[in-house]
Amino acid sequence: MPTPQAAILAEGLQKRYGEKHALDGFDLTVPRGTVYGLLGPNGAGKTTAVRILATLLRLDGGRAQVAGFDVTREPRKVRRRIGLTGQHAAVDEILTGRQNLRMFGRLFHLGSRQAVRRADELLEQFDLTEAADKGVKAYSGGMRRRLDIAASMLLAPVVLFMDEPTTGLDPRGRNEVWNAVRSLVAEGTTVLLTTQYLDEADQLADRIAVIDSGRVIADDTPVALKSTVGGDRIEVVVQDVADLPTAHEAVRRVASAEPDSDDDARRVHAPVRDRVAALTDVARTLQDRGVDVEDLGLRRPTLDDVFLLLTGGRTGSSPAAEPSAESATTKEGTPA
Amino acid sequence: MSTTSHPTRSAQLPDLDGPDRPIYWAFADCWTIVRRGLTHLIRQPSNIAWQLGFPIVSVLLFGYVFGSAMAVPGGGDYREFLMPGLFGMTMAFGFMNTAYVVVLEGTKGVTDRFRSMPMASSAVVTGRGVSDIITAAVDLAVLALTALVVGWRSDGGALATFAAFGLFLLLRFALIWIGVLLGLMVPNEEAAGNLFAVAFPFAMISSAFVAPSLMPDWLGTLAAWNPVSSTVTAARELFGNPAAVGDSWIEQNAMLMAVVWPLIITAVFLPLAVRRFQRLSR
Repeated sequence: MPTPQAAILAEGLQKRYGEKHALDGFDLTVPRGTVYGLLGPNGAGKTTAVRILATLLRLDGGRAQVAGFDVTREPRKVRRRIGLTGQHAAVDEILTGRQNLRMFGRLFHLGSRQAVRRADELLEQFDLTEAADKGVKAYSGGMRRRLDIAASMLLAPVVLFMDEPTTGLDPRGRNEVWNAVRSLVAEGTTVLLTTQYLDEADQLADRIAVIDSGRVIADDTPVALKSTVGGDRIEVVVQDVADLPTAHEAVRRVASAEPDSDDDARRVHAPVRDRVAALTDVARTLQDRGVDVEDLGLRRPTLDDVFLLLTGGRTGSSPAAEPSAESATTKEGTPA
Repeated sequence: MSTTSHPTRSAQLPDLDGPDRPIYWAFADCWTIVRRGLTHLIRQPSNIAWQLGFPIVSVLLFGYVFGSAMAVPGGGDYREFLMPGLFGMTMAFGFMNTAYVVVLEGTKGVTDRFRSMPMASSAVVTGRGVSDIITAAVDLAVLALTALVVGWRSDGGALATFAAFGLFLLLRFALIWIGVLLGLMVPNEEAAGNLFAVAFPFAMISSAFVAPSLMPDWLGTLAAWNPVSSTVTAARELFGNPAAVGDSWIEQNAMLMAVVWPLIITAVFLPLAVRRFQRLSR
């Protein structure tokens, strides 16, 4: 028997597609009533893990229990206790929101009166009552997502799986979804959500598991995870490479570790603790010494930073030379 | 264990692990999916118009534009000959609708949602099948009314007329499984749209528009052995329309083959479709 607190228990999950190992010894323990973020780049195995835990995929090795039941041996019992929202809003576009919830309610084997009542409850809870009798085609992205989540909450599941729930949403839709998730958590639902965005995991999750090449390479609270990266960094780009040593010196005075310099990029960067004080101090020093600055700013740690640090550490490559060159290339594609 | 006493479960929700009753739910869940299909018909009646646009345009094109140049071997009115062919063509094109919906449900994640729910998994497929047959019956009814307007008549009596429409629906039923299989195989909606390149010759290289005896030999043989031809020829005989039946065995036994072909297609493609569906968990 699992520990009663564990909503999800995965041990050594294996999933192969031909030669490729989608999951390769994936371990995870999610306590009841928590929000767990599964963080990793595309192709890391996040979706595969969720699909196995939601009984959609058979596993090739290892063992997984969800809500106390083995996903392989008792999938039906697992299905009665989980909700799933995938990467697209999996609702019927032609039906209205209310018709959708009633249909899914019937398919969850609620009685017809129960299905009607539960649909009304969920429309209210997810703030869709006004749009309830409009076709889903007319819904915004955020509304579709909320209806999608409502449909997965029909049986008030113990565990809700959310695979990249805000992908493709505008900031407003994203906020709507975040609020919906928070309201579920307040009622005690355990949520396992996958995301490519550290800030999303940061906003919602109690704990984060970082996944790479099919296994969990770090498992910690968001705060602890970010502190392994070193928190915020200050970054200076000078116009003349001759000024780089001066900038290096200015940054070193406020940094919490030895700054990294990059001659090619004319750039110095270092982790800092007191963000604003560090920024003003460096700005003043550079101005006093007459250094022409091209760019000066603070950078929050991104998934790339966490990821580079963790995978860099694992493969044993030199952390001083490689990551700075790599972060220069990855930074462009990363929203600040 | 506290699996059944979750704080958010309201008291009215059912016992999670009540008796399984798989046979009851196989039917109940199928009915729920069918009702969804019927609601689609009601909410989007214009869809039927779009689907029937091509056959109705074909009535005008083939009946009036090409009609005067068309001959029916053995004599008879071309428009009388044509109408059962158009019914057959509409059924033959039907597998594309099935495939398209299956692809759409897959890419939108609806199939995954169904599969993650405690419903009877067979209902996803059976519900699709029954919905498609109902839609096809509505299509046929609208098309038959159009045919009546342009002067087509069945001289076969009520029983034979219904039997003929039954044969059309039997063909459509068999093609559902090809549609489901293709829908599970093609990656996206665009690819499903390209199935038209298969559907078009499948419907045309048959006795639907021209008697196979008027085609080059090799093509005529191909057309005669097309399952669409057997259904169309059998229906012409039942309707009492000119049938232009050739001498080959396959044409002489159209009535038999109109039943046998769909059974063969179902026997081959139903298991393949089910296996493909089960393989989604690989």
